[in-house]
Amino acid sequence: MLGATGRGGTGLAGARAAGLSPRNTLGPMLVALTVAVSVAALALAAWCGFAAYRDQPTKDWHFIGMAVVSVLALAQLVVGIVQLARGEQADEGSVIFVSYLLGALFAVPAAGFLSLSERTRWGSVTVAAGAVVLAVLEVRLHDIWEG
Amino acid sequence: MTTEGADGAPVRLVRGPGLLLVWLYGVMSVGAVSRSVYQIATEFDRAPLAYALSAVAAAVYAFITYTLVRGGETARKAALLCCAAELVGVLTVGTWTLADPSAFPDATVWSDYGMGYLFIPVLLPVTGILWLRKSRR
Repeated sequence: MLGATGRGGTGLAGARAAGLSPRNTLGPMLVALTVAVSVAALALAAWCGFAAYRDQPTKDWHFIGMAVVSVLALAQLVVGIVQLARGEQADEGSVIFVSYLLGALFAVPAAGFLSLSERTRWGSVTVAAGAVVLAVLEVRLHDIWEG
Repeated sequence: MTTEGADGAPVRLVRGPGLLLVWLYGVMSVGAVSRSVYQIATEFDRAPLAYALSAVAAAVYAFITYTLVRGGETARKAALLCCAAELVGVLTVGTWTLADPSAFPDATVWSDYGMGYLFIPVLLPVTGILWLRKSRR
């Protein structure tokens, strides 16, 4: 119990020392969104990979999945920009941070549009590849923010 | 089926596996171009060789993406040539970065055979050449 409270204490103190505002709940939110986008992207990659395995093109449900992932990425972009506006610093610089956030936002929709022109399994493979690219971008985003 | 379709239309390169190829080349173009523009604009003096090589890689990726999208026999040949140049570039720069790390204070796109990019830089030209040769028919 002592250990638990001790860790909680340093965690809060650490957050206060690192952040400029004492009650910044957006920090944990950004981490949560990064995890959520990564998990959703990997799930989408597996789903579209499975569709390709079954020799199927992307269908309406896949596009709904892509929309969900993109909405999460958009939320991440907004929270990231608000964090920068509040004076938080990205470890590798705000230009790189915002560039990666924009890349993360457009990765899956761009692959989705391409798959509209290719109504075969290869459209599904491309969306799966786009989702993997997004997952990789999320790992890089975490490094860029935390250092 | 020869180099042109039965109706004389130019051969489409963005179909089937070609779509995946053009997507990956597009991703690499955006990544390499934005990376080298940023690095050359802000910190070129830190690692001039590495950043210049990244810019060359970016130009190659952008050009191959353009030729794939454009299609046609001339574009196919140009893309084939660039894929070969890309493969030579990746292998040369990859070996160079391993043999003489001191020449590279910072990584290039092609450092260590593109390890920082999941080895996509070394896999892409190989699959690209295979696809472009197959598209000739």
